[in-house]
Amino acid sequence: MSTMALSPFRIDVVSGLRMDLKASTLIKANAVAAVVFLLIGGLFGAGVGLTRWPAVHLLPADYFYMALTGHGVVALIVWVIFFEIAVLYFCGSTLLNSRLATPRWAWAGFWLMIIGALTTIVAVLQGDSSVMMTSYVPMDAAPHFYLGLILFAVGALIGCFVFLGTIVIAKEEGTYRGSLPLVVFGALTAAIIAIFTIAAGAIILIPTFLWSVGLIHSVDPMMYRVIWWALGHSSQQINVATHISIWYLIASLVFGAKPMSEKVSRTAFLLYILFLQLASAHHLLSDPGLSSAWKILNTSYMMYLAVLASLVHGLTVPGSIEVAQRRRGFNRGWFEWLRKAPWGNPVFSGMFLSLVIFGFVGGISGVVMSVEQVNMIIHNTAYVPGHFHGTVAGGTTLAFMALTYYLIPVVFQREVILPRLATLQPYLFGIGTAVFAVAFMGAGTLGVPRRHWDITFAGLPLAHEFPGMAYMLIAIAEFAGVVAVLGGVAFIGIVVGSLLFGRRISEDAKPYPRVADADAGGHKEIGLVGFEAPGTFVLAMVLFASLVLYYFINFKYLATLWPLR
Amino acid sequence: MPTSYTPPAKAIWWKEPIERTEVVWIAIAFLWCLFMFGWMIAWHWIGNQNMANEAYKTSPEAYAAKVEAFTAKYTVRQDKNDPSLPVVHPPAGSDVYLAASRWQWRPLLELDKGKSYRVHISSLDWDHGFSLQPLNLNFQAYPGYEQVVTLTPTSAGTFTLLCNEYCGIGHHTMLGKIYVKE
Repeated sequence: MSTMALSPFRIDVVSGLRMDLKASTLIKANAVAAVVFLLIGGLFGAGVGLTRWPAVHLLPADYFYMALTGHGVVALIVWVIFFEIAVLYFCGSTLLNSRLATPRWAWAGFWLMIIGALTTIVAVLQGDSSVMMTSYVPMDAAPHFYLGLILFAVGALIGCFVFLGTIVIAKEEGTYRGSLPLVVFGALTAAIIAIFTIAAGAIILIPTFLWSVGLIHSVDPMMYRVIWWALGHSSQQINVATHISIWYLIASLVFGAKPMSEKVSRTAFLLYILFLQLASAHHLLSDPGLSSAWKILNTSYMMYLAVLASLVHGLTVPGSIEVAQRRRGFNRGWFEWLRKAPWGNPVFSGMFLSLVIFGFVGGISGVVMSVEQVNMIIHNTAYVPGHFHGTVAGGTTLAFMALTYYLIPVVFQREVILPRLATLQPYLFGIGTAVFAVAFMGAGTLGVPRRHWDITFAGLPLAHEFPGMAYMLIAIAEFAGVVAVLGGVAFIGIVVGSLLFGRRISEDAKPYPRVADADAGGHKEIGLVGFEAPGTFVLAMVLFASLVLYYFINFKYLATLWPLR
Repeated sequence: MPTSYTPPAKAIWWKEPIERTEVVWIAIAFLWCLFMFGWMIAWHWIGNQNMANEAYKTSPEAYAAKVEAFTAKYTVRQDKNDPSLPVVHPPAGSDVYLAASRWQWRPLLELDKGKSYRVHISSLDWDHGFSLQPLNLNFQAYPGYEQVVTLTPTSAGTFTLLCNEYCGIGHHTMLGKIYVKE
């Protein structure tokens, strides 16, 4: 067949997957770029954290705001989107057993993303674009700050369409039977949200670029915020859809799990496509000029239907693991299935920590802070970065790290070096991030502002004195942040070291990490009290109780505030 | 064996029954979602902390003029911490004009406990964040839009206004005060 000649495949010894070599090279390129940018973003982040820690106060103000801008752009946009493109190609091509559509376009997209990212990073490092990732007008950055972001977005958009094209080709050429696999359906969800998100980005960043070079007189600050956040927050929904797909994928890879119900999990993804993009409102709840009706409908993702979807995934992913474990024979009691999970395998531990941190830290705080009224006691405080480090660092980044430990043997065909450090790494990064997030949220509830160089207000006549507790929480947060950075450095060291020095996987080698045999044990009667996944249900109820309790605690505090209307 | 990354085992997967764990959880989660949606709406009636969402289009020049006139009319003294700043004591129930600019909140206010004030907030240049401490009450301010919040201070003391929206290199020096008298 001619397509075979165009696109040779190899059968992977570790996974048994049939891999298009051109897709494989693109996955490698995007994943490596992602990891390199994670290093850059992480170093910026370390500078930020060590400056916010009052006892250290490392950088002068101008470098601090520069580093904060760089950290936001690189860690929140460049690292995650490069990795997401790698995941899209892996899902579209490898999991569907198909060649990749238009590899040349995929390379064009890749280089556009590289050039765009570097352009914006150069603009930031030149020092006159310390406008934060959000770059609210009429504060102005250098024109190439915006231009770089636009080029990066165009490249990412091309990547999304290459993925869509690959799905079409796979269907046409019959490389799989029936419906798309759930994981690919989740990736498709991410791609659809990405296209909407990037369109919103273009709608607002192109006029802003034209304004920065003097071709447009002004950009309305309110319009900017409404549309920019359709980029800014919705791009976090790309992350959510992607890392949840990865959770399902890893549950299957490690335990041979299958979805508890295809119908339920797919409907949950569909709710994301329909409603998750209303999130722009989360940043506008304390803004002038928007009605409460608009705020309530949008901030609740249309009656919390997208929150419902996340609550569903939060049950069905560990639920699918529990069912698989019970069928393999770990059917005793409520939690034997969890105790006997491979906690030393970073593919699993990274994924499960990601699930727990995303749910308990990022998820609960996100639902509560996005209540229209509660937002007034949280808006722009340190609570906000606390929250999104729970989602994007503890959730998305950790899930991506976990998947990387699988991609190293399967896509890069290398053994993971330093396996003991690799076993420890997800805990370092995950627990460090979670403690950072919670402590920073605590400081935020005491009023500590985000994006602030000096909360001691040294030498200022009108200085405010924060309670001692706030200082203690910031110190705890930044110490935990250093632990997380060490976890990140360990990750990057392991990845780069494995690619350079890891032993090539031979045809008969047993690669690290071992991926569990997917064969079910044949146990038919599983579970307790009529539930197939009773342990997961208990965990879900713990999450539920925490959410309800925390929700009312915040309202109780809100009610003590000065009356206002 | 089917997994999450292979096509569904049964071609007609949408007719398969849903296991009890999921059914019960979805029911609980859905009811809670509906409750939260209803509660957020209900708080507009049962709660005392709601944004009126009263706002007007303005311009930095027009707003600066209002703040100037307001300050000139009601200034009672210069601030003891920073004598260059006027402290303004407006009558209860009146309109109060606060301007955010790089890098200060103007003017400083003196309010009476238990009285209501219509506090106008806007910016004269870039985006700023109204952050009243230690109360921890936060609003967004940007140029060209004038937000009105009707506030009733119910505790006396000295309150500090911070800026919690990044507004350039002097962001962390941007402060103001609200003194609430018994």
